[in-house]
Amino acid sequence: MTPAAATFPALKVLSRPDPWRGGVVLAALLLALPVLVVFSFVFAPAGEVWLHLKQTVLQEYITNSLVLLLGVGVGVLAIGIPAAWMVSLCEFPGRRLFEWGLLLPMAMPAYIIAYTYTGMLDFAGPVQTQLRDWFGWGYGDYWFPDVRSLPGAVTMLSLVQYPYVYLLSRAAFLEQSICVLEVSRTLGTGPWAGFARVALPLARPAIITGLSLALMETLADYGTVQYFGLATFTTGIFRTWFGLGDPAAAAQLSAVLMSFVFVLILLERWSRRRARFHHTSTRYSHLPRYQLRGWRRIGAIVGCSIPVLFGFLLPALQLGAWAVDTVDAWLKADFFHLVANSLMLAAITAVLAVALALLMAYGRRLRSSRPVDLAVRVASMGYAVPGTVIAVGVILPFAWLDNTLDAFMRAQFDISTGLILSGTLVALVFAYCVRFLAVSLNTVEAGLGKIKPSMDDAARCLGLAPRRVLREVHMPIMRGSLLTALLLVFVDVLKELPATLILRPFNFNTLAVRTFELASDERLADSASAALAIVLAGIVPVILLSRTIGRSRPGHDQTVC
Amino acid sequence: MTKLLDVENIDVGYGNHTVVFDAALHLTKGAIGVLLGPSGCGKTTLLRAIAGFEPVQSGRILLAGDEVSRPGWTLPPEKRQVGMVFQDFALFPHLTVADNIAFGIRRWPSDKRAARVQELLQLVGLPQYGKNYPHALSGGQQQRVALARALAPKPRLLLLDEPFSSMDVELRESLAREVRTILKHEGITGLMVTHDQFEAFAIADRIAVMHGGRILQWDTAYNLYHQPADRQVADFIGQGVLLQGMVVGETMVETPLGPIAGKVPEGCRKGCPVDVLIRPDDLMLDPASALQAEVVDKAFRGAVFLYTLRLPSGATVLCQAPSHHDHAIGERVGLRPDFDHLAVFPRRE
Repeated sequence: MTPAAATFPALKVLSRPDPWRGGVVLAALLLALPVLVVFSFVFAPAGEVWLHLKQTVLQEYITNSLVLLLGVGVGVLAIGIPAAWMVSLCEFPGRRLFEWGLLLPMAMPAYIIAYTYTGMLDFAGPVQTQLRDWFGWGYGDYWFPDVRSLPGAVTMLSLVQYPYVYLLSRAAFLEQSICVLEVSRTLGTGPWAGFARVALPLARPAIITGLSLALMETLADYGTVQYFGLATFTTGIFRTWFGLGDPAAAAQLSAVLMSFVFVLILLERWSRRRARFHHTSTRYSHLPRYQLRGWRRIGAIVGCSIPVLFGFLLPALQLGAWAVDTVDAWLKADFFHLVANSLMLAAITAVLAVALALLMAYGRRLRSSRPVDLAVRVASMGYAVPGTVIAVGVILPFAWLDNTLDAFMRAQFDISTGLILSGTLVALVFAYCVRFLAVSLNTVEAGLGKIKPSMDDAARCLGLAPRRVLREVHMPIMRGSLLTALLLVFVDVLKELPATLILRPFNFNTLAVRTFELASDERLADSASAALAIVLAGIVPVILLSRTIGRSRPGHDQTVC
Repeated sequence: MTKLLDVENIDVGYGNHTVVFDAALHLTKGAIGVLLGPSGCGKTTLLRAIAGFEPVQSGRILLAGDEVSRPGWTLPPEKRQVGMVFQDFALFPHLTVADNIAFGIRRWPSDKRAARVQELLQLVGLPQYGKNYPHALSGGQQQRVALARALAPKPRLLLLDEPFSSMDVELRESLAREVRTILKHEGITGLMVTHDQFEAFAIADRIAVMHGGRILQWDTAYNLYHQPADRQVADFIGQGVLLQGMVVGETMVETPLGPIAGKVPEGCRKGCPVDVLIRPDDLMLDPASALQAEVVDKAFRGAVFLYTLRLPSGATVLCQAPSHHDHAIGERVGLRPDFDHLAVFPRRE
């Protein structure tokens, strides 16, 4: 090879901008902006408010957040792992029902379950009223646990976040080669010992992944802790910004919160990497389940019922009852307006997030290289970043841009442009894209990965440029994945609370915001219809999920044409 | 005859890693070539460079006289008018057979397009399958659709990447022959990649034997078999053994089978140690022959037996004999060399 030939490819990259590589990197930089902005405040000089926070509440934020993490961690493991083990490796009546039923609490946003239980269990609620009726107690005669407390928050969050652990450990149990389990049985381990000594260690990376996802959600939670009056990072960021009026200190708090998140991201990445080395054998066959009899069978049924009952059925019924009670009120009120707002936001974001995911996934397929891969990974980090932090990271640069533009236009043309970005839906939709790109990207990448590279080659030999290959070959083939991605983002946007609270334009309400506002005003029954709408929408991805995991076991499916 | 494809001494690779070295070959219009070699020899990479999927590091590729690849510049595949048939067929699952075939001729007027699709369905013997979806077809039928789809836009050159490797072994040769008939009928120049020499023999006008990223010989099947350029080609193509010999005259080599006349490699003078390639069909059983050998092994091949024989010198040779010459293992048989050509290689130290 001549030296000239060796330098040519490098020249080509420099001289001709590549739209795919450029597009991916540019989009990734844009999506990483909020996190980068928040982190830039780590190096900002500590202001008066920050010093004040440090002296007074920072300690409490950290303690509360750690206790919350620890409690929810124990809670989701205690519910998720046994449930996953029972439905995937044992046989008992109702097992198939529990298989997807155990996913239902995913449809229940934490803030909704929190105030539903508050309404059910407070002094005037149905439970205490019934108890007083039965035992003839009066006010002050008895002790009843207060839901609005740290243990209450731990319980609420555990009830709706255990499905992460359940889902991933169930998948891990199903993927375990039956050979390994059978070998362990021929070596004299019974079902319980087999679980403890073989299945559990093999599934550990998956369980840790699920745990870290649940803990990320716990850190991101704003609605529950705010409603329960607990001082954590997310509520602190709100208070610092809107109460003390100091965005810089809020960003600094966000940066501290992000350091917690990064520990979880590292934990997740580390466990996912380890998971690859844990499959020694690739032979799968139908899993012979342990037949449960007698008290074990009853134990399994009761054990699987509790999380479904308390995590979904009871609160959903309560919401339904309240919604029926207040039917006239919400039919008259702005309910349909709220629905329209929510649907519009969700639809716009879903389309945008899927389009971005297609750009990223296809760009990576065409131009896999270290910068492109890194860009895609950075862009999909948003799922771990709490909505509050993203909101802070969005509004700071957007407001600066708006003010700069406004000042410039005033000075030059005597026109005030006002807030083009930060005060409008643009900021909100952008924040949603940052937060939920990973959701669409995962689905789109999985769909694209199933299309063999020879399809691309064949289409190009038949005269199609890469962009048209995407449109005429890939998109029709992966229609199902695209639809799933749209739906998942759509529902996540419907449920999102903290970023919406901060970034929504003045007087613009969504279902989630209205639910939270009404609940905060102790008008629980009035908020039930909006909450119920969110919960019902949340069931859609649960159904999708249960269908995919049912088919995901190697050896059971796969006729990808 | 005009050169349709001209590959001029190209290097191809990924990053700093070169896979194909100094490859050169050309095809005249309507000819069919084959890249033959074991897996990992670079044959598919060379094919993908010709299709435009991989850039060349040096040298250049010309299609019908136009430069399509040179270092630093590659005409994208969609602009080359080169058809390709893939190992896994790569039929579009969301389109019917007819729509798959019509994919490359979307811009044709619809009546001409429909006529072309029908014509190709006829040609590949699937006239009534236009409305089916690919997943409803057998592997062989999918293969034909893939061929029809690649042929539809009348490409200047058709590339075939191990198109028969997922077929039953018995089918491969007849499919290759069928594809040859179709290509010749359409007057299309073809280049196929395979590791199966019988497939290559069945389809090719010329074959490039590749090894370690290099083309060892670019020749007809007959010449590859009888006059291999070096011992790697001799080893890869057909069966046979190398017998040690010595040059005894300008056109004479002394071997354990006796003196044999033939061309001696350049630079080999009298007394030079050489290896002589003996094919199973170079030897005949002849009870009258003075040269006796012992049957060590035998394999029944239907019409013929393939005998492994031990010569008095201790060397073993292969001999193919009509199957009515049935000899037991251990038996002694008479042997007569019957050479048209002599392939002689300098002895490797």
